[in-house]
Amino acid sequence: MCPDRIKISLLIICGIFCSGVLGCSQPKKPSGQIEVWHWMTDRQDAFEALARKYEAETGIKVKFDLFAPSDAYTQKIIAAAQADVLPDVYGILEEKKPVLASFIKAGFVADLTEEFRADNGAWETGLFAKAVDVNRFVAGNINGIRPGIYGVPLDIGSEQMLYNRALLKKAGITKVPVTFAEWLAAVDALRRVGIAPFVSGFGELWMIDCFTSNYAFNIMGEQKVFATFRGDVKYTDPDWIRVLEVVRILRDKGAFIDGIVTKGNKVAEQDFALERAAFAFNGAWSVNVYRSMNPGLDYGVAPLPALNPLSPMVSWGGAESSFVINNASVNKGKAVAFVKWLTAREQQVFLFMKVNSLPVNRDAMADIPKNLADFAKAMESSTHPKIWPVSEDPVVSEAFLKGIQSIIIGESTPSAVAAEVQKIKDRQMQKAKH
Amino acid sequence: MDTRALAIKLKPLDAFKNFLFVLPAVLIFLIFYIYPFFELFRLSLYQWQGIGPQIFVGLQNFQELAGDKVWWDSVGHAGYITLIALTFQNVLAFALALACDREIRMKRFYRVVFFIPPVLSEVVVGLLWNWILNSGTQNGQQIGLLNHFLVQSGLPQLVHGWLSDPKTALSCIAIVHSWKGFGWGFIMLLAGLQTIDRQLYEAAKVDGAGGWSAFWNVTIPMMMPVIMVVVILTVLGSMQVFVLILSLVNQGLVYHTEVPVTRILSSMHETHQFGYACAQAVILGAILVAVAFFLKKMSSYMKQV
Repeated sequence: MCPDRIKISLLIICGIFCSGVLGCSQPKKPSGQIEVWHWMTDRQDAFEALARKYEAETGIKVKFDLFAPSDAYTQKIIAAAQADVLPDVYGILEEKKPVLASFIKAGFVADLTEEFRADNGAWETGLFAKAVDVNRFVAGNINGIRPGIYGVPLDIGSEQMLYNRALLKKAGITKVPVTFAEWLAAVDALRRVGIAPFVSGFGELWMIDCFTSNYAFNIMGEQKVFATFRGDVKYTDPDWIRVLEVVRILRDKGAFIDGIVTKGNKVAEQDFALERAAFAFNGAWSVNVYRSMNPGLDYGVAPLPALNPLSPMVSWGGAESSFVINNASVNKGKAVAFVKWLTAREQQVFLFMKVNSLPVNRDAMADIPKNLADFAKAMESSTHPKIWPVSEDPVVSEAFLKGIQSIIIGESTPSAVAAEVQKIKDRQMQKAKH
Repeated sequence: MDTRALAIKLKPLDAFKNFLFVLPAVLIFLIFYIYPFFELFRLSLYQWQGIGPQIFVGLQNFQELAGDKVWWDSVGHAGYITLIALTFQNVLAFALALACDREIRMKRFYRVVFFIPPVLSEVVVGLLWNWILNSGTQNGQQIGLLNHFLVQSGLPQLVHGWLSDPKTALSCIAIVHSWKGFGWGFIMLLAGLQTIDRQLYEAAKVDGAGGWSAFWNVTIPMMMPVIMVVVILTVLGSMQVFVLILSLVNQGLVYHTEVPVTRILSSMHETHQFGYACAQAVILGAILVAVAFFLKKMSSYMKQV
């Protein structure tokens, strides 16, 4: 090989190597541009429209980067945190507070308490309190986080029972069930005319978590639920057996649609939209989903029928999605101002018009359709793991939710599941002590 | 020429130049393969949530894993899927490759058709089979294609919740996985069949060998290296199946459809035990290396025989 060729080849190799090394370094962001990462596929166009509006108003560019599905987004956020390349604004897609706490402890989330409390708390009081609470850490919280507000809710929502009016009528049901006994009677009536009574995405464990948490709060009240998480009450307690019995009774009555345990929520939404089931358990986002799948679907929204009439039927709800501000961002001030602007009435109404998301801004609640308003009504009686003072160990939660699946398929009994979950709880508590 | 002799003849500058040529590849291999492996092993010795402090726990994650029944069941489930793939999938692939190796009409068309499932995304295949295996009804009619077919064929007693019954869910997953994967084996086996010298068959025929005899004494021995490659790839692919499972049964039917990779995912994203997930990944890697090593040894032994 001639020397010139060798030199050229070596130059090319060095070039490739250097570009590879440089490619691994963190890309320089355009100065002043706010970078937002999110997972909400249905909102990208609306977000981009808002970004253009914000730039026209303030001259500040905002770039929305969509990473979906949500599982991939979660991985992306964790990997970005590990590599310290998080954007200015992002969301942490995790129901449990310890994960948000670990991001705060690692210095990836800004404390926004001062901003929320400025102008006599105008920003904070303008938003639904339960939604703000999702990102709030109170004094003495078990996560060891300084009390304050660490995120901005973007919209609100709650998980409720939905019912198909036409199918209920076909089964001769004239009143939407309020009590558990009424619900079971409705299940019988629907079965008689060959209609599947209930569908939900129980192939996704968090949906089972929402459903059973509602009943746990209804049956034993929140203090006893929290006491169980702390280890002061056992899962073999009669009240927890009653929670598991709810599932067993519904299974025995034939309430669940065939294959509910492996059904993803998208498929479950399709079943309800195509009138294959009379009742569904789903969140406020479903209004938009059902509208796109079957615009003529005639349905209503109500709380799950209560088992304990003496205790309120709370629903899983609060902020549907939240953004946090990267504490290490050079654009921190600008990012806070932009997110504050996003929660203002005008932008919230715009988002509602585009994607049917329930506004977090109280002033923006006017003129929304009844189905959505019914989801919003539940805000006052909603609860969310992020506002609970204590969380269950995720290993125990997984065992509990898998246990419920095993009850649904008739493989296990409530008492056997309770005993197994308690065994795992004891083991995890023992492990935590060490 | 002996490579050692070549190395001795090279001047130091030439050797350095040669080294520079392979340096990028070596660096890429070190950065993207060797370093992650050691990092994975290091993390398996820690208790870590993915964010925040890492607490050194030594071999505790491995000790815990040794007693984790769900994990070892998941390994068994992957083994079952692999067994179905090794038999059903590869026998089907070999049979079709043999058929397409003959002078049959439209054989190019069949080659394309048989290679369609492997090029489809696993998510798409999952959705497609979800519809086929759906056990729901609407207005008294079966929605799922298979159940609908059974009713139409006068076999309503066989209508079943294929993916929601622990007795059938894993087998359905294994069959769908085999359906999706047989095209790879088909292409490789067909390519192998086409390299066999036709004169060998003619010689066998002259010696009085029939169809079966030629198959056992010519085709199988000549195809053994290709068969071993297909077997190794099938084992490695089947033991790591997971996207198909997620798209068929979401987060699983209790623990009946769990495989090692879904357990690793669960440890990372559901229960936030990154260190434990890394220990699971190390063990899965060790199992796969051991299996591949065993098959390689077996392949060498069979070549000698």
